[in-house]
Amino acid sequence: MSVTNKVNNSLNWLIGGAQGSGVDSAANIFSRACAEGGLQVYGKREYYSNIKGEHSYFTVRVSEKEIRSHVDEISMLVSFDAETLLRHTVSVVKGGGIVYDSELIDVKIGEVPTLDDAFRDRLVALLEKEGRPLTVQGILEYASDRGVSLFNVPYFQLLEEFSAKSEDHSLSKLSRMVNVMSLSCSMALLGFQFETLGSAIKFIFRSKPKIADLNVMAANYAYEYARTHHNASTLAYNLTAKNPLPDVILVQGNQSSALGKLTAGCRFQTYYPITPASDDSEFLEANEIVPQVEGTDGSILVLQTEDEIAAITMAIGGALTGARSATATSGPGFSLMTEALGWAGMNEVPVVVSLYQRAGPATGLPTRHEQGDLLFATKAGHGEFPRIVYSSGDIEESYYDTIKVFNFAEKFQMPVIHLLDKAIANSITTCKMFDQQRISIDRGLLVDNISDSSPHLGDANHYRRFRLIRNNNDNKDNDARYSISPRVLLGTENGIFWNTGDEHTEEGHITEDPEIRTAMMDKRMDKLMIALDQIGDEDKATLYGIDGPNALTVISWGSTKGAILDAMDRLIDEGKNIRFVQLRLLNPFPFERMRDLIGGHKQLVDIEMNYSSQLGLLISENIGISMDHLIVKYNGRPISSSEVYNVLMRIMSGEAPRRIVLEHGA
Amino acid sequence: MALKLSDYKTEVHNDWCPGCGDFGILNAIQMALAEMGIQKHRAVIFSGIGCSGKTPHFINTYGIHTLHGRVLPFSQGAKLCNPGLEVIAVGGDGDGLGIGAGHFVSAGRRNVDMLYIIFNNGVYGLTKGQASPTLKLGLKTKSLPLPNSNNSVNPLALAAVSGFTFIARGYSYDVRHLKDLIIQGVSHKGLAYLDVLQPCPTYNDINTREWYQGSDNPDPETGKQIPRTYKLEGAGYDGIVHSENEADNKMSNAILKSYEWGKKIPIGIFYQNEMVPTYEDRIAAKIPDYVKNPPSKQRVFLAGGRSSSDISNLLDVLRVAI
Repeated sequence: MSVTNKVNNSLNWLIGGAQGSGVDSAANIFSRACAEGGLQVYGKREYYSNIKGEHSYFTVRVSEKEIRSHVDEISMLVSFDAETLLRHTVSVVKGGGIVYDSELIDVKIGEVPTLDDAFRDRLVALLEKEGRPLTVQGILEYASDRGVSLFNVPYFQLLEEFSAKSEDHSLSKLSRMVNVMSLSCSMALLGFQFETLGSAIKFIFRSKPKIADLNVMAANYAYEYARTHHNASTLAYNLTAKNPLPDVILVQGNQSSALGKLTAGCRFQTYYPITPASDDSEFLEANEIVPQVEGTDGSILVLQTEDEIAAITMAIGGALTGARSATATSGPGFSLMTEALGWAGMNEVPVVVSLYQRAGPATGLPTRHEQGDLLFATKAGHGEFPRIVYSSGDIEESYYDTIKVFNFAEKFQMPVIHLLDKAIANSITTCKMFDQQRISIDRGLLVDNISDSSPHLGDANHYRRFRLIRNNNDNKDNDARYSISPRVLLGTENGIFWNTGDEHTEEGHITEDPEIRTAMMDKRMDKLMIALDQIGDEDKATLYGIDGPNALTVISWGSTKGAILDAMDRLIDEGKNIRFVQLRLLNPFPFERMRDLIGGHKQLVDIEMNYSSQLGLLISENIGISMDHLIVKYNGRPISSSEVYNVLMRIMSGEAPRRIVLEHGA
Repeated sequence: MALKLSDYKTEVHNDWCPGCGDFGILNAIQMALAEMGIQKHRAVIFSGIGCSGKTPHFINTYGIHTLHGRVLPFSQGAKLCNPGLEVIAVGGDGDGLGIGAGHFVSAGRRNVDMLYIIFNNGVYGLTKGQASPTLKLGLKTKSLPLPNSNNSVNPLALAAVSGFTFIARGYSYDVRHLKDLIIQGVSHKGLAYLDVLQPCPTYNDINTREWYQGSDNPDPETGKQIPRTYKLEGAGYDGIVHSENEADNKMSNAILKSYEWGKKIPIGIFYQNEMVPTYEDRIAAKIPDYVKNPPSKQRVFLAGGRSSSDISNLLDVLRVAI
């Protein structure tokens, strides 16, 4: 049945395949082609903890409007192996299409060794219920009967023909291009211009011009095949390139915070390899020479350490010399860093930890997503010391936030944990060009010249690094009693001071005196009040949406932002009143700001990617407001905007339990 | 104004036990700093945790008393961000060879230009005398309930195979010799390891000052005590690598020599090789003006808080409009 009114430029495209078979490259080409074609994209990568062979896939949503999240429903499924078909066919919607290898239709479910037993059992049960054969053919028939268009492509035959035509007889080499050929077939069926696709292929392979040219030729061959052998009139989707948008970039989440570090003036980053944090460090190392606006090039020293304990302690050592210093890790590494985090808190050292969360505990799901480290990040370490915990909601935000977290670290002289996660790190999106006018660098109180009469000198003319500077406001509970003592850097003349993990005097020598202990604890912890006073409301928490009678208030943090905003837009279009409070500053808790935003509001819905509704607990602990609904997900797959939409509809219907566990995801 | 020994001392009360071997090491460090005329603000003493961890508080230079076992990464981070600093790391044998052993090995692989001194007394003093990684198997020092059931690690041999490029041993009661070793270690281009035999008068009742001085080792003819320690330089031993082709032999000799223990215990330089590029050299090979413009010296912002970094080349690649 042919479709008369196709959906133009709004679809969800998925490509899958064995790890190492070029799924990422194909998805990056697709994303780039759409972006060069003036469309907006949001892509998300899923993969196993494995080098080669296990199933990986990449979904890319395309639209003419801004999009910030993935959805569960697939419009176009692109494959060149059997497993992708077995895993994702059920998610293809009516009117959608599937590109597949004609030689695979007889593959039996039992013949795909990388299917997890649990998934295989569920698939067999489905096909048996539907009375289908337990093969690729069975699952494809099931889709076809639901109105999905099937487009077979004889990849091997195309490769043989292409090999003869291009006079390149290395079929094994050419077969590596099957990813680009399958992508190209989908583009032909969607009616996307080949010229833009070719340009994207050349861009992705720009460092290897010969391979780029060969891929463009192969893509063109497959494109022509699909165009001439298939009738796409039954496909409900269409993609049309337009003029590219000015000042838009296509950026990956493992680049954005690293780019922010370069802008922020981070000059030392240490790391121990861990998924999904390593990309941040590797990007910095690949770009270690940093051009300067004025004068000669600068540089960032990136150092791979023997473990995460060395990573954070080296970064602290670097910070003491004045280099803006950071380390990037994930949960297991952060667990190892906690003792040193306390040392940095105790000695008021500015150091930034980029914590790319993944699903825990222990090794957990090492390549999958979770927001399970919120409470850990706010409390990690023995004893009590100040730290800032700041979370970014999306790729664009993570660039600007990275500059802010370095400022926080130096202004308030404490460690900062910048919460990112796998969902951000392994996503790709179009967004506005990062605006250099929007950023500002503030290094806080730094003393570089100390005269003999400096008020900061104390006993024996030693610099009082931890000078107790009292304010005259003893009667006010919420005001800091002590100011921040100016920092001096190792190597400064007349600035000699000591640091110790022991409680210490103003000069930094060990003391166990009870009065000094109290004063020093007050001095350190008071900085949290100073931080709350100086950090702006928008940086603490951001409010979106529409208020009104019976408005529902969604509260969340981190990478759920996109799914919530996209779902909220749909609901607002349908006339619903919804507000969304995105909490960004997680420690110190912005209690006044949060009281203003959610106090007095009914229908508070907490949405987050963990088991125990950690943000809900944090809010309740700090301002005594409890959530009406707890929406959680902990299966390792990010929350989609489809899930958020559905669950909010359910709550608004008045028939939802207090706690709902979301479970979608492949 | 010339710097005097007293300039390197602080007013902080020293609470080490009377007769502690640490005093000799502290004096030797201060004497070395004074003799080398190192400006006080250019030197940073890093320490780990334990009795030796308090050392920086008694020295009038920058002093960073870090965490148990972590003195090497803290100090390497500082030195690499500001290579103009003179960095000396100190710690105990438990700190450096037990909890911090992984950092010891990895530091050797890097060869950062600094000196690491281990105060080696065979016990964990501040926690009241448990066996440390250098206590020999089967020994029962006075606060151990039973003899030590672990074999001991040989720090000099471990330093050699890990890649330290200066390996020496001193004795805390031979302060002048120790001071000379510290000066040589600081002057060495690369990572220097200095093992200091340091009797703990409170908890190690076996390897005591008297034991080192040969109280149980009389000359059969004269009856005079024969000290256990002897100086390598006076015994015709040369551990210095003069050309690359002798590096392997010299290292083998050093390892063999490091196992000499008992009636005769060598002190002095076991091995030195300045032909191995320092970590700073390796960075400078990638970042040409690293030494002149290291991480700590770079200005990162301009007037009005604007970033001084220009990442437009990286951003332009991401633009969708070509």
